[in-house]
Amino acid sequence: MGGELLTGLSGGIFAIFALVAVVCAISVVLARNPIHSALFLLATFLMVAGIFFLQGAEFVGAVQILVYAGGIMVLFLFVIMLVNVQRLPQTEPYQKQIVAAVVLGFVLNVLFDAQLVLEPIPGGAPFSPDAFRTAAGRVLGNSQAVAWGLYREYLLPFEIASVFLLVAIVGAVVLGRRSVEKMD
Amino acid sequence: MSVTINDYLALSFLIFTIGFVGVLVRRNFLTVLMSIELMLNAVNLNLIAFSRRLSDLTGQIFSVFVITIAAGEAAIGLAIIISLYRQRKTLNVDEADTMEG
Repeated sequence: MGGELLTGLSGGIFAIFALVAVVCAISVVLARNPIHSALFLLATFLMVAGIFFLQGAEFVGAVQILVYAGGIMVLFLFVIMLVNVQRLPQTEPYQKQIVAAVVLGFVLNVLFDAQLVLEPIPGGAPFSPDAFRTAAGRVLGNSQAVAWGLYREYLLPFEIASVFLLVAIVGAVVLGRRSVEKMD
Repeated sequence: MSVTINDYLALSFLIFTIGFVGVLVRRNFLTVLMSIELMLNAVNLNLIAFSRRLSDLTGQIFSVFVITIAAGEAAIGLAIIISLYRQRKTLNVDEADTMEG
């Protein structure tokens, strides 16, 4: 039954990526210093990008590294350095309800995994790698295939995303101004 | 070893709940934002896994849009953090408790 997404060595590499991603994700939440959280988050992004590459989603993996690791993490680090966390009063890093929240997360995971074990999603048709690389009937590459989808079928969401980015730019500039009185 | 879609869903949900607990539990605004980014990454994992399972490119195109929205939302969230720091000199979520201005 062609139920496997990855087999053999790829499966082992996926296991390594998944394990490191989960450990780094837990460290993001538990680290006291925000700089440590940011670096663990960067490691998580890189592991997730590796999993994307394993799946044959090369364009999304590259976009993940460029935008997340190269853009959003740089933003975070700039703000951390701007705010200068050492000079802030040291407060407790966790809320009082940390035990309840962790128990809730654990219970949710147990329920979800139990459902997956009881009724696993069946495997589908065997996957041919060219399914992600064909564009206009020819085998070109994953980026070309995604581009053909983005600019033809999904052109409207693409344009809306560009308007959204404009809104985000204007909003960030307006929110980042020092004070209203100094603008003339 | 063979990896099925169920393993991907379990991993995606695990990372999602880790980010979810982070949003609930942390007092530092920056870490709350980072936990939100974790949740968005988990959603992307889910989309890419199903894209491969169904041999459909739609999941990957959707992922590109999710990454775009996450970038815009991170920028706005960080601008809000800077505003809060300038006004209150704090990054504690408990200090942002008045609704005025």
